Amino acid sequence: MPVSSPAFIVGAAETPLGKVLDHSELSMVALAAKEALGEAGLRFRDVDALFTNYMGEEGSVQLGEYLGIQPRYAESSDMGGASFEFFIHHAMLAIAARRCDVALIGYASRQRSRRNRPRALSGDTGTIGAQFEAPYGIHFPIGHYALSAARYMHECGATPEHLARVAVAARKWASLNPKAWIREPLTVDEVLASPMICDPLHKLDCCLVTDGGGVVIVTGRERARDARKKPIGIIGAGESHLQWHVAQCPDLTVTPGVVSGREAFGMAGIKPSDVHVFEPYDNFTHAVLLYLEDLGFCKKGEAGEFVASGHLDPGGKLPSMTSGGGLSYNHPGALGILLLIEAVRQLRGEAGDRQVPNAEIAVAHGTGGLAFSTASTVVLARD
Amino acid sequence: MSDQGIADPTTEVFWQACAEHRLVVQRCSGCGRHQFYPRPFCLSCEATTLEWVEAAGTGTIYSVTTVRVPVIDDLKPPYLLALVDLDEGPRLLTNIEGDGASIGDRVRIAWRSRGNLPPLPIFKPDPR
Repeated sequence: MPVSSPAFIVGAAETPLGKVLDHSELSMVALAAKEALGEAGLRFRDVDALFTNYMGEEGSVQLGEYLGIQPRYAESSDMGGASFEFFIHHAMLAIAARRCDVALIGYASRQRSRRNRPRALSGDTGTIGAQFEAPYGIHFPIGHYALSAARYMHECGATPEHLARVAVAARKWASLNPKAWIREPLTVDEVLASPMICDPLHKLDCCLVTDGGGVVIVTGRERARDARKKPIGIIGAGESHLQWHVAQCPDLTVTPGVVSGREAFGMAGIKPSDVHVFEPYDNFTHAVLLYLEDLGFCKKGEAGEFVASGHLDPGGKLPSMTSGGGLSYNHPGALGILLLIEAVRQLRGEAGDRQVPNAEIAVAHGTGGLAFSTASTVVLARD
Repeated sequence: MSDQGIADPTTEVFWQACAEHRLVVQRCSGCGRHQFYPRPFCLSCEATTLEWVEAAGTGTIYSVTTVRVPVIDDLKPPYLLALVDLDEGPRLLTNIEGDGASIGDRVRIAWRSRGNLPPLPIFKPDPR
């Protein structure tokens, strides 16, 4: 049986999504914060812990100023797109230790509108990356992930069709989500016919570039009673990280999700077969195959066939990427916050046409950085 | 080397060797393991007695991709981007000359000259 929760998600809201021309990143977070706090039955003045990433230099300071929050617990760690799963872990611990009562985790990006995603590595001289990666023209980050995908396919026998099938599964879910960026049906052949960016990754093996973000509110059992919506328990969390420079990764077929998953599932007292909804960080199609193996949903080398069997699809035995994921719903540069929000919606039973029946346990699994630098796994449960 | 745009004192020996078309890596005099990039201690046995030694310049492709979109001005796509395991052990990110290479292929050191900066170690297929 799952453990009892030391902390709960009591509010979860997306910022405006897609192409956002009438807001700044900070005003987007403010809107989502207002909505999420409303669900929680709380106000800005109740927030005493702030967690953010990619909101400028000393991000939590800038966000705190904008929202009028002076926290007693604050963090703007950069763990890439998985930062928000790390933050759930840290907020849970801080709340359990009574170092804060109400944590606001937030983020927004306008990377699509601003067209400011770099392709090359930063040109700063003297860094390891500038000396030993940038001169070789490694695409940031598709080059890193392509090297990982090529090795994974070589060693584990996954095929281009297996990878493409992940994108098809995500699109099936997106077709059920009115907020998804792309909802038209997609086939394996269409993925394989899309332009090759870095072999073996086609354009449609890669996630979207959109504006978006969100806010999640975390609190302890007492304050959770004020919530206007069903509080969702945080019953497990784990984290890890490995290499930054791709040549330093000892085995590109394994991610630090092995550690974060073991920690999170261990704390929750669950096994993979207990999970009803899986929200993996689908930045690239092959990523989902690696997570399925690293978290124990299938054995090494079996994820391709698992996905091809339709297990991730609507009606499948492990409904995954139920929003449509980073591949079809939204990818605002750091998807981790949206994985949490979708998991909460599924567990509350408010996911509309894409609702997974009787969802009681959901896993959000984030990754960040370059070829799976970081990993954080969060297990959520209906209380 | 900082006058050549590489402001890293720990890699000066490496880039000076590259200027002479020699590929060098660190070797631990405690456990004998080779490592790259350089650090002031051995990642394997934690000894601090490391020396620079010349690598044979041969290795095996661990992974490889063809980059088909422009990334930097110096390289016109498509080009091969690879991870090569040197026979001494360390893994390097690099380019492979030519337009086709596979995981497991044997490769040998080559050099790309680049203006004011030291030559860059790249690799080419090793026919032997």
